[in-house]
Amino acid sequence: MIEARDLYFTYPNGVEALKGVSLKIKNGEFVAIMGENGAGKTTLIKHFNGLLKPTGGSVFIDETETTKVTVATLARKVGFVFQNADKQLFSETVEEEIAFALKNFGFKENIIRRRVTWALNLLDLTQYRKTSPFMLSGGERKRVALASVLAWKPRVLILDEPTIGQDHQQKEKLLQFILQMKTQRKTIIIVTHDVEFVAECHPRVILMSQGRIIADGEARKILTNPEILIQASIVPPQITQIFLQLSNLKLPREVIDTYEAREKLLNLLEKKAE
Amino acid sequence: MSVFEGLKFRRVYSPIHDLDPRIKFIYVCAIFTVAIIFLELIPLMILFLIQIPFVVLAGVKREWLRSMRGAAFLATIIFLTNFIFSYISAGPENTAATVEYACALTLRFIVLVESFSVFFLTTSPDRLGLALEQTHIPYEFCFAFTTAVRFVPVLAEEAQTIMDAQKARGLELERGNFLKRIRNYIPILIPLIVSAIRRSLELAEAMESRAWGATKNRTNLYALKMHRGDFYLVGITAGILTVAIYVRLSFGIPSLNDLLGWLF
Repeated sequence: MIEARDLYFTYPNGVEALKGVSLKIKNGEFVAIMGENGAGKTTLIKHFNGLLKPTGGSVFIDETETTKVTVATLARKVGFVFQNADKQLFSETVEEEIAFALKNFGFKENIIRRRVTWALNLLDLTQYRKTSPFMLSGGERKRVALASVLAWKPRVLILDEPTIGQDHQQKEKLLQFILQMKTQRKTIIIVTHDVEFVAECHPRVILMSQGRIIADGEARKILTNPEILIQASIVPPQITQIFLQLSNLKLPREVIDTYEAREKLLNLLEKKAE
Repeated sequence: MSVFEGLKFRRVYSPIHDLDPRIKFIYVCAIFTVAIIFLELIPLMILFLIQIPFVVLAGVKREWLRSMRGAAFLATIIFLTNFIFSYISAGPENTAATVEYACALTLRFIVLVESFSVFFLTTSPDRLGLALEQTHIPYEFCFAFTTAVRFVPVLAEEAQTIMDAQKARGLELERGNFLKRIRNYIPILIPLIVSAIRRSLELAEAMESRAWGATKNRTNLYALKMHRGDFYLVGITAGILTVAIYVRLSFGIPSLNDLLGWLF
């Protein structure tokens, strides 16, 4: 479980990025943190593996206060995939890149080999095992970065802007992958601006603006509330926008995904036909 | 990374910021020279103190202190190595002199960092480039130089992000013996170099698409002119240099130990 209690954080240059954030994320939850640029999303998640330590309040990971342990200790539980994969790749081969963290955590040689093979398979990278990560495309590099974190099977997985620069097919794969992790009872936290992506995967949404949490709840409730969304500089998903504009046809307002929308519209058409 | 903080320019205005960068550079070079010609603690202390009014006048105290703190680590190493080696050669009976010698060498380093930090904290990269151009250095070199200076803080920030990313994968920079610790920096340096090269290629393309180097005679919107303050600084620089060279050539400078011995 991750818990933040009245968390404040001010950067050394004086920018106050978090102003009293309190939240609890239970084990196995799937959470999307959304908000405008500079809302404090990345600052918040960097507290979850101890990269940043609170300047006020406290953060607990499974009852352990983050100020009391090193980043490496927390990283064993909390895997963090950075937005830009180029900021971490350095090995000669993809295989070594994935083994890097496992070596840091002191896994045994045979376990490292097994986990690397497993991670390569999981993210469809087996054919690149001996390739230099620098030779891969942007999307593939992102997958290598993800694989290098998944390899040590952290219980919590944090993804910072995972959909940026990914084509539709990759996003679809990412969605499938997240759902798969969810069935394994992993805690997943994503930070994103991509409403369409969030609408498709129905997580708990935490909406941030100017260093504070302004809403917290089901995606269905939050993404269909334009008054709250506008504060965080987010527009509802396109499907929701249509349903909001057509609400005088007695269509429900809380629709966020296409399958549901299709059902509702078919119902309406059938009723009209009768 | 805090050493780089001292090189980061912030856009504020003060009498020091308004000075002609060429004159400021000559001043820094003069301080540099004086720091090199003295190896005694007292003149180096004076040299250190002389610059504090500049820092106060420029209103960059906080940034300056941060860069001094950044230099503290290297300064400690310089002090320790010099102290240990001179202690071994001079023996325990000369401890006071040895400490003073090590302090002097450390202070020399600090004075150099101090003056460069004041220079970079109060000179915008643009004005620095302008100064280079007006001293008839080819524009290509000026541009390369200003770009390099401008990208120091960017690279420092990037190094921080990379460090975070690797720490998140369990890298502990402080772990292991000396050689292992140096090796720990490989996962930081490679992404940093790769992204710097990528960035420079992108920058080159962006510049070419904005007609960089299209004409031989490039004009400038601003031109540097000497003002009253600049002449004052020329005077101060000449004064410091003259006094320093005169003192060096005509007097034997007492060590701090001797001086304290006489006084008490």
